[in-house]
Amino acid sequence: MTFSASFTIKSTLLAAALAVACLPAFANEGAIGARQGQFKIMALNIGVLGSMARGTVEYDAAQAQIAADNLAAISQLNQAFNWPEGSDMMAATTNRALPAIWENQDDFLAKWAAFGTAATGLQAAAGNGLEAMQAALGPVGGSCGACHDAYRQPQ
Amino acid sequence: MWKKLILSASLAAFGGFLLIWAVFPRSPITASTMAVLADPNLENGARVFWAGGCASCHAANGAKGEARLILTGGRAFETEFGTFYAPNISADANAGIGSWTMAQFLSAMQHGRGPNGLPLYPAFPYTAYRLADPQDMADLYGYLQSLPADPSLSRDHDLTFPFNIRPALFFWQALYLEQGYAVTAPLSDEALRGRYLVEALAHCGECHTPRGALGAVDHGAWLRGAPNPSGQGRIPPLTPDELTWSKDEIAAYLNDGFTPSFDSAGGHMVDVIRNMAILQPDDRAAIAQYLKELP
Repeated sequence: MTFSASFTIKSTLLAAALAVACLPAFANEGAIGARQGQFKIMALNIGVLGSMARGTVEYDAAQAQIAADNLAAISQLNQAFNWPEGSDMMAATTNRALPAIWENQDDFLAKWAAFGTAATGLQAAAGNGLEAMQAALGPVGGSCGACHDAYRQPQ
Repeated sequence: MWKKLILSASLAAFGGFLLIWAVFPRSPITASTMAVLADPNLENGARVFWAGGCASCHAANGAKGEARLILTGGRAFETEFGTFYAPNISADANAGIGSWTMAQFLSAMQHGRGPNGLPLYPAFPYTAYRLADPQDMADLYGYLQSLPADPSLSRDHDLTFPFNIRPALFFWQALYLEQGYAVTAPLSDEALRGRYLVEALAHCGECHTPRGALGAVDHGAWLRGAPNPSGQGRIPPLTPDELTWSKDEIAAYLNDGFTPSFDSAGGHMVDVIRNMAILQPDDRAAIAQYLKELP
């Protein structure tokens, strides 16, 4: 093999390796943005209920029901495409997903399912008065915390 | 030549330890301290327990609900000095603190000394609890003794040389035990109450304040944020120039775990909020007021 042939093969291999390395990075950017959007929609709707629960906004059964319905709907989103390998906190600076997610995927998904259970409970209670909504919002907050405790970097 | 030098240096160091051990009183708690204490008030003891965050380190890893009252120990702290393991402080007479006297308990909480008179590692935040009212510590003693006993043996710390030489902590304590309150500027009455909760009980500074070379928190950068002790990232600053939330927003966050934009707390703070949510609303308000008045 001549030097130039060897060089060409090597550069082709290098280019191929780079392409493989870069492709998932682009794909991951999409996934990171999608899941962060999902959490922002959750925060917006929890904010409607949380402000009522804190007493900074007056309780409104219809508004509370919409927010709770939205949370329940989000909780049903299958997370299959939101958490690709290689999309942990090292992949993007605004990203605080700990590598432990990919080491304990069953537990991670169980915690998402626990959010679903709590959100379903909230959906049933949100329109039934302030106290009923407050009581059902607690477990939703707890499910946020349970996952963030284990799988989200502090800052 | 070198062997002789090393030998004499070791002997001198050993002699130094013996001297210090002889000079430091075996129990820093005097009869007059004990004489003024009333019988433990368990209700107040429970409040001190949650404000002090005892369960966060001394309950089993991942314990939830009632299991957080079984103080079997186990939380690991990986540091540059090695790994510390929170011990069993349940009421078990053998594995826990069931056989400790109240004076021994106060000596540990406020002077960092084990029942054998030897110093305890400051991974146990006695530099904070030292500032607490001895009656609160007595009430806490009563409350801890009322909790379930668990026979699991504590795990030994796994430290590197020379930090594994426990008597060396006499020197550390001589340097850092008498630090007092970090915030000495004038504060409102409510913020003074908050200072007691933050500095003496909840020991927020252990994570939110950077540390010096020997692991003591730096009072010059009090609550100004620090590297995350248990992983990557940073623990955020709490001073008013950085934490711009209103007093009510801070107090609400300590109760429901939501930031003003309804993002949720992450990392170890989740567990801290589980404790804070058990406190009375005016306690959380006092903490928030103290943070708003930080220099």
